[in-house]
Amino acid sequence: MSAAMTSLERVLTALRHAEPDQVPLFLLLTVHGAREVGMELEPYFGDAHSIAEGQLRLREKYGHDCLVGAPNATADVEAWGGEVVYRADGPPNAGEPLLADVETIRTLEPPRIDGNPVVARSVRVIEELAARSRGVPIIGGVVSPFSLPIMQLGFEKYLLLMSERPDLFERLIALNEEYCVAVANAQLAAGATAIGYADPMSSTTCVPPETYRAVGSAIAARTLARIRGGVSINFASGRCAAIIDMVAATGAVAVQVGSEEDLAEAKAAVRGRLAIIGNLNGIRMRRWPDGHGEIPLQVPDETLHAIADAARRWGRYPIDWAAG
Amino acid sequence: MSTQLADPGRAFELALLSTDDVAARREFSAAAQREGTYAAMDSLVVPALQRIGEAWEAGDLALAQLYLAGRIAEEVVTAALPATRPFFAGAPPIAIAVLEDHHVLGKRLVLSALRAAGYGVTDYGRGISVADLVARCAADRPRVLLVSTLMLPSALRVRDLAAGLTRLDQRPALVVGGAPFRLDPELWREVGADAGGRNSADAIELVRRFLGGAR
Repeated sequence: MSAAMTSLERVLTALRHAEPDQVPLFLLLTVHGAREVGMELEPYFGDAHSIAEGQLRLREKYGHDCLVGAPNATADVEAWGGEVVYRADGPPNAGEPLLADVETIRTLEPPRIDGNPVVARSVRVIEELAARSRGVPIIGGVVSPFSLPIMQLGFEKYLLLMSERPDLFERLIALNEEYCVAVANAQLAAGATAIGYADPMSSTTCVPPETYRAVGSAIAARTLARIRGGVSINFASGRCAAIIDMVAATGAVAVQVGSEEDLAEAKAAVRGRLAIIGNLNGIRMRRWPDGHGEIPLQVPDETLHAIADAARRWGRYPIDWAAG
Repeated sequence: MSTQLADPGRAFELALLSTDDVAARREFSAAAQREGTYAAMDSLVVPALQRIGEAWEAGDLALAQLYLAGRIAEEVVTAALPATRPFFAGAPPIAIAVLEDHHVLGKRLVLSALRAAGYGVTDYGRGISVADLVARCAADRPRVLLVSTLMLPSALRVRDLAAGLTRLDQRPALVVGGAPFRLDPELWREVGADAGGRNSADAIELVRRFLGGAR
């Protein structure tokens, strides 16, 4: 038997649509790092070194195949000057929408990337992870230009903007594209291996497939073309089966599907075009001995160890036990 | 374009999904003339919203469509109600809130559906704490309290809310909804709610159950 691959070799082989030694395990832990370093969540997410240390300790503990370089989606709100609400027992959330009046979009400018403390923090996390790890993919992350307005405006106001104010919608998207591309490229330059592109608005849970065809996929294609590295698209816990063929045409290298999707159908639909990242239900995981975005803090260590052990035991190629 | 469907309910549903508020108003007016306003809500509006909710649940419709349909239905119904008396005056009190979280679309969908079904609802807003929500219920004495959450920690906080409501001399029926409850169908029981709704049309059904038909 050949020597085990490194995590990076394993992931890159899978992204080439070939079989590595075993299925890569993406245990996308975000909030759990705070517990590893003994910190409350708010100071943890404010300190780049602690985030990096937490990620490294989590990988040491569970042996999964990636490090999360941008574990906080609200960073993309905070960077624009928006309100972030912290709590002790779960991830931070966007608070009062940044744009109370849609007319302010006319004069809105994206935040400068150079010198922005929030962007600088995510860059420092990735730089430290890159300096302290070898052979492990580091996944950066951005909220898509199409999805960021949910937090910038609030969902209801955003839906109305889309249908009633196409001029302001297009301007906001254009601003978000500039920001998104700049942040993603800064993360790649810092050492990120790939970028996670969170696009829940594009899921068919939020908008019809025809809206994705006309709007969401076009925004993704434009944005991804300017990001200087591989991009994995995720829809948080939203559905994507009806649009997955279009996702493959955006230039992404992988798609992370939600817990309501059929993995075999997803794989068949984009075989050879997109790698599929799977879909455990993080909410139900809490009550396992047996996706809603991320794995909650309430999921115990024993469950995470069981997932890692199962991936190593049952995910070794060739996977012949599943054939019958 | 005139909609000439034999089933007025389907015609109304189609109008909602086409965001054709003129057609929706026409269909509702015709039904209200035939049956009366409140009967038209039951025969036309509620079934249409239920079918739309089920279609979203099945993945055949998107939140954007659900939102716009509910909004039009709400506008059509409220415009048809008598302007001579306060809207929903004397209605059994129903309240709704987003517990701790700040995302309000789910609450908005439920509000529209309930108002389109003829129910008056007091909106306690978003980001409200357990203590404040219990205090509001002690003061207002709602018979049904609908609680929306987005994040799991907030959903788990319903356990404290249920305990706090139990200490009131009139405890409202506690109905919960939102992503954590959709993704874990057992969660509403675990946190001590009386029911969990999977979509905005479920809220109509559950409010009916707990109010026993009063409106």
